[in-house]
Amino acid sequence: MFAYYLDLALRSLKRSPGLTALMVLAIGFGVAASMTSWSVFRAVSGDPIPWKSASLFVPQIDNWGPNGRNPDGDPPNAMDYADATALMRDHRAKLQSAMYQISPSVVPADAAKHPINVSGEAVYSEFFPMLDVPFQYGSGWSASDDENRAQVVVISDKLNQKLFGGANSVGRNASIEGRQYRVVGVLKDWNPQPRFYDVVNSGGFDSGVKDVFLPFLTAIQANLQNDGNTNCNAVPKEPGFVGLQHSECVWIAYMAELDSASAVTAYRDYLQGYARAQQQAGRFGWAPNNRLRDLRAWLDNQHVVPSDTKVSLLVALGLLLVCLVNTIGLLLAKFLRRSSEIGVRRALGAPRKAIYLQFLTEAGMVGAAGGVLGLLLTCAGVASVGWVMPKDIADLARLDVSLLVLTLLVAVVATMLAGLYPTYRASRVQPAWQLKSN
Amino acid sequence: MKLHPMIAALRKHKAGVVLIALQIALTLAIVCNAIFIIGQRIDRVNRPTGLDESNLFLVTQQWVGAPSADTADGVAKLDAMQKEDLAALRNLPSVASVAPINSLPLLNSTWAGSVSTKPDRKFSDKGDNVRTAYYFTDDQAMSTLGLKIVAGRAFNAGDVQHQGFRDNPPRPIVIVTKALADKLFPQGGAVGKAIYVDGSSSPSTIVGVVARMQVPATGTWVNGFTWNATLVPSRLDANFARYAVRAKPGQMEAAMRAVAPTLYQVNPLRVLDDDSVKSFADIRAHAYRADVGMAVLMGVICLILLSVTAAGIVGLTSFWVGQRHKQIGVRRALGARKADILHYFQLENLLIAGSGAVGGVLLAIGLNMLLMKHYEMDRLPILYVLVGVAAVLLLGQGAVFVPARRASNVPPVAATRVA
Repeated sequence: MFAYYLDLALRSLKRSPGLTALMVLAIGFGVAASMTSWSVFRAVSGDPIPWKSASLFVPQIDNWGPNGRNPDGDPPNAMDYADATALMRDHRAKLQSAMYQISPSVVPADAAKHPINVSGEAVYSEFFPMLDVPFQYGSGWSASDDENRAQVVVISDKLNQKLFGGANSVGRNASIEGRQYRVVGVLKDWNPQPRFYDVVNSGGFDSGVKDVFLPFLTAIQANLQNDGNTNCNAVPKEPGFVGLQHSECVWIAYMAELDSASAVTAYRDYLQGYARAQQQAGRFGWAPNNRLRDLRAWLDNQHVVPSDTKVSLLVALGLLLVCLVNTIGLLLAKFLRRSSEIGVRRALGAPRKAIYLQFLTEAGMVGAAGGVLGLLLTCAGVASVGWVMPKDIADLARLDVSLLVLTLLVAVVATMLAGLYPTYRASRVQPAWQLKSN
Repeated sequence: MKLHPMIAALRKHKAGVVLIALQIALTLAIVCNAIFIIGQRIDRVNRPTGLDESNLFLVTQQWVGAPSADTADGVAKLDAMQKEDLAALRNLPSVASVAPINSLPLLNSTWAGSVSTKPDRKFSDKGDNVRTAYYFTDDQAMSTLGLKIVAGRAFNAGDVQHQGFRDNPPRPIVIVTKALADKLFPQGGAVGKAIYVDGSSSPSTIVGVVARMQVPATGTWVNGFTWNATLVPSRLDANFARYAVRAKPGQMEAAMRAVAPTLYQVNPLRVLDDDSVKSFADIRAHAYRADVGMAVLMGVICLILLSVTAAGIVGLTSFWVGQRHKQIGVRRALGARKADILHYFQLENLLIAGSGAVGGVLLAIGLNMLLMKHYEMDRLPILYVLVGVAAVLLLGQGAVFVPARRASNVPPVAATRVA
């Protein structure tokens, strides 16, 4: 019977090619617009480390007091040097790392090549196990390397290609900002987006790759200045990078791994105690006002998903809605035009169910055709988001099987939903009246 | 023509009428807001920075193994290196002038702070402080950037100092933008007055006022102080430096090509990569890429939306024309002219589109309020709504014309045939 309905639908669609084309075009464009915006939205709002995001936390400490808080009463979104190093010393989480962005120069061993500039991060040893950073060769450094300010470095796969031709470079030396560092590890291709571990300095998305990771205290000792944002509530009293370290300016990101609810509670208590101690010592003239957010809440709080992306998705969904309303209208016209045909079928004994099946099949066919068109347009759309979105974000939009399946599914299901009311009307056609009027 | 029979007729196909009205309402709501977004983005992209942007480019470079800017000795060495670079660039035949500068408008690398007419203010003292962004540069800034002095004078060579990147020495002399001067001294006469930068206790005398200069950042966080720039005659000494270069007319490309070899010749131990020499046009395009993209995207969506809605009206009206074939014949047989039939369908469409537009206005305002609440949108001006209403009504009339014409061509003899 289904084959018969398919045949009927095909004939009916052929009979009014203009109307059919209109519906297919509307659905195709509507679905493609929403799927293209969805692909971008999906890319930027995704969880960068889904297996672990629930146990990664970002602490905030209020070292600026009431006048430095944002309208929600939140303290600064980064830490000053004193608090970050104190939290590292106390070491109350399972794993933790303070980090700051650096931008050193690297001199290739080949003297014929010009020096290059790379982006990097100064971190503690626990950064690597905490974020499950994948290594190609070697590994991160040890806690004692942190303490001893060892001259070691972890480099990216990309920098390894550039400096050592992709060979296992563990144990070799890299010249960074005029000093020699021993390579202890080479990362696999690792460039999570959003750059969740240092949202403060990356703003979330950054098409560049982090090429070097140095021990935090080693970088401080080598006077490797921070390259990211520095926010101050007063001009530092002493000059230079050391002056920055002695100031209340915030420029350090911090992340901690807490594996259980009790660990989270204990860490909250610890932060509370720390801030209270600072208050008692006279450094803070206000009650503790800390925050401790898990990664997802933190990304949300920092508005990592650009509002343009959300607005685009909203508007595209609106477009899809209009296309569906349009389809309801056109299907209604199309189905009711065939009232006499329906009358004949009903008079010959076709139950309402048969009418439903027939017309929903037809709607489904329109949807499938719209979906195929939508697929093509979505491919074109995703390929051209680079024209209309910032590069850091457009690069993330990908065409994959799930997107393609979703496109088809949305087209067919939406069109069949749109076909429900017209079908209902078609099934209500009075056979006697139709026969009589002919 | 009386509306009463028309409304009675519309009641016969409520579903179709409601669907078209709904579609028009949704279209209006989305199109109004989308066009508003487009208008805002175009305004943003078109605002002048205050610079003469043609023939201007920026060089960003970093020295390798440079001395530390945290020691007096290091600062002196770095400054000598910077002066060498400046001299070499100024010597190029294709170059008109060069100024060292920490950033440029639209570069999104901002040194923000606050200035006050009173000394020793804290950053957190609201009211007294005016937010600003600093440009650290020298006496060639005015000619290189093409800034217009509207009061006072430009920097001269004797004003220019130098400092380590993170040092904070007194700043005896500054030039401010007119916007900042007006904010600090609403009564005017800013030239010669003292201001205090970043809560300093030592005064900075305003020696000149420039007509306009945008701050480097383009994000929403500078919304309150986009035009409040302060120029300080001081070279910043660090392991990196930026130079703004004005090429002689017609020699921009030659000047840009000459930069890397010239600087490598001065000192090969430095980083100059693909991004190091950037025309201001590129800086502008990069800064506004997202805005232009959003405008294009909204434009495309509007276009699709209007086409779909027009097509929908054509489709449904054609169906009604077919359905009423016989009735049209009867009206024609009873003496109605072709024009009467045409007007009937046009008026019917106006009625439906009009009621849709009323709903659409409400939806548009609702959508705007939603966007304002969640996504930093401004209030939709009523003008956009009115233009939107006119647009959808015209769209309806345009779309209905083809089927209405077909209806008007139904011959009176159709009345005698079976439907």
